[in-house]
Amino acid sequence: MARIGFSPHLRTHVDVQCSEVTGATVRSALDQVIAINPRLKSYVLDDAGAVRKHIAIFLDGESVHDREHLSDPLPPDSEVFVMQALSGG
Amino acid sequence: MSTVFHAGTRKGLFAFEKTNGRWSMTGGSFPGIQVPMLLHDRRDGLLHAAVEHGHFGTKMHRSADGGKTWEETGGVTYPPKPDDAPEIRDAFRNVTVPWSLEKIWSLETGGADQPGLLWCGTIPGGLFRSNDSGTTWELVRSLWDRPERARWAGGGYDFPGIHSICVDPRDSRKVALGVSCGGVMVTADGGETWEQGAHGMSYDFLPGEQGGADPEAQDPHRMVRCPAAPDRLWVQHHCSIYRSDDGARSWREIPDVQPSGFGFAVAVHPREPDTAWFVPAKKDEFRYPVDGRMVVTRTRDGGKTFDILDQGLPQPPAYDLVYRHGLDIDDSGDLLVMGSTTGSLWISEDQGDTWELLTAHLPPVYCVRFA
Repeated sequence: MARIGFSPHLRTHVDVQCSEVTGATVRSALDQVIAINPRLKSYVLDDAGAVRKHIAIFLDGESVHDREHLSDPLPPDSEVFVMQALSGG
Repeated sequence: MSTVFHAGTRKGLFAFEKTNGRWSMTGGSFPGIQVPMLLHDRRDGLLHAAVEHGHFGTKMHRSADGGKTWEETGGVTYPPKPDDAPEIRDAFRNVTVPWSLEKIWSLETGGADQPGLLWCGTIPGGLFRSNDSGTTWELVRSLWDRPERARWAGGGYDFPGIHSICVDPRDSRKVALGVSCGGVMVTADGGETWEQGAHGMSYDFLPGEQGGADPEAQDPHRMVRCPAAPDRLWVQHHCSIYRSDDGARSWREIPDVQPSGFGFAVAVHPREPDTAWFVPAKKDEFRYPVDGRMVVTRTRDGGKTFDILDQGLPQPPAYDLVYRHGLDIDDSGDLLVMGSTTGSLWISEDQGDTWELLTAHLPPVYCVRFA
């Protein structure tokens, strides 16, 4: 099973928990959490379904390659982490 | 006179109330998050706020108790771009205009006969409509799909946007939009069909034969309509002040306004169409008060003459700029509120003759509105 987690900043706005997920891609992992809390979608993805400009999604410590469709393959036992980019203020 | 207003700022929404003869801040919402636009719906008492997270996009919130508690409502979301829809490129920068929300730039109610109807203007140029008090929103495709949108261009922002929405109180189907930069779009049928109305506007730095008078290219910074005389509208344009006497279908320049014809904000008296207020600034690459002297200008005769008002406003050096939504007038026509990019907030209870500084320490102010 892969795991997906979210930064504390994101969790102040959307009630999402770190959880175990399955699926072939990072998008399918994210969709499993969105199915539980649909509000998460617009906080992480833009109108066109791509990763928001100031959001970073890491797969086993590396930023995902496909920010448009999140088609990066999801290995078993991998870790996905969703966080805001270090910008703003 | 109103006794409540709200300010949307770079770091949240703030509420002000007048009690025992004094104005003071009474609350705040969304700390640390941008609130570029807010709307009091006087038909049902709801308060709407556009909440723009730096990382997580823009969310719409509404409150049934004047801002004490909020609920997140439906998103202002662009639909997927159909494969056969043409790619539109920004006329100034020649980059693709996205089918994706960049910013909520204007919110207005429909007419008194249209309960629940809200209009929302956005960057990159889409107009949205809600028929259920903001629970759901839908892109107005009749405007978005018009081919002349390819001639619109971003002004101060990267993409074009709709910052002013003026509903005709005599006929709610008549709506005029101010577009930077895309002129003035008018509809007489509730948004089914649109026409360009920025005829008569021009840029002083670009000859007419080179497109300086092209209506589609005009940059009206802000447009307001007089409720009691809805054919009269005022525009603070990028280069000058304009007025329309035919419901936003043609415009006459008000020349040589001192200290400057440049600025962003404009307010019109609710019952006196010849009375309007502006906040001038040094054009256009400077954007601060002329000579660092903060003033408001007021005409009472339709633009023939202007009073320069500065009692209670800061003397040089003052670098307060008032954005397009940083000035509002209440229904009495006597009460004005004004907020600046340097976080100053003033109120005037005598039509601008004198101003009282309420605070000089807010975050940059994006919009102020009376309840």
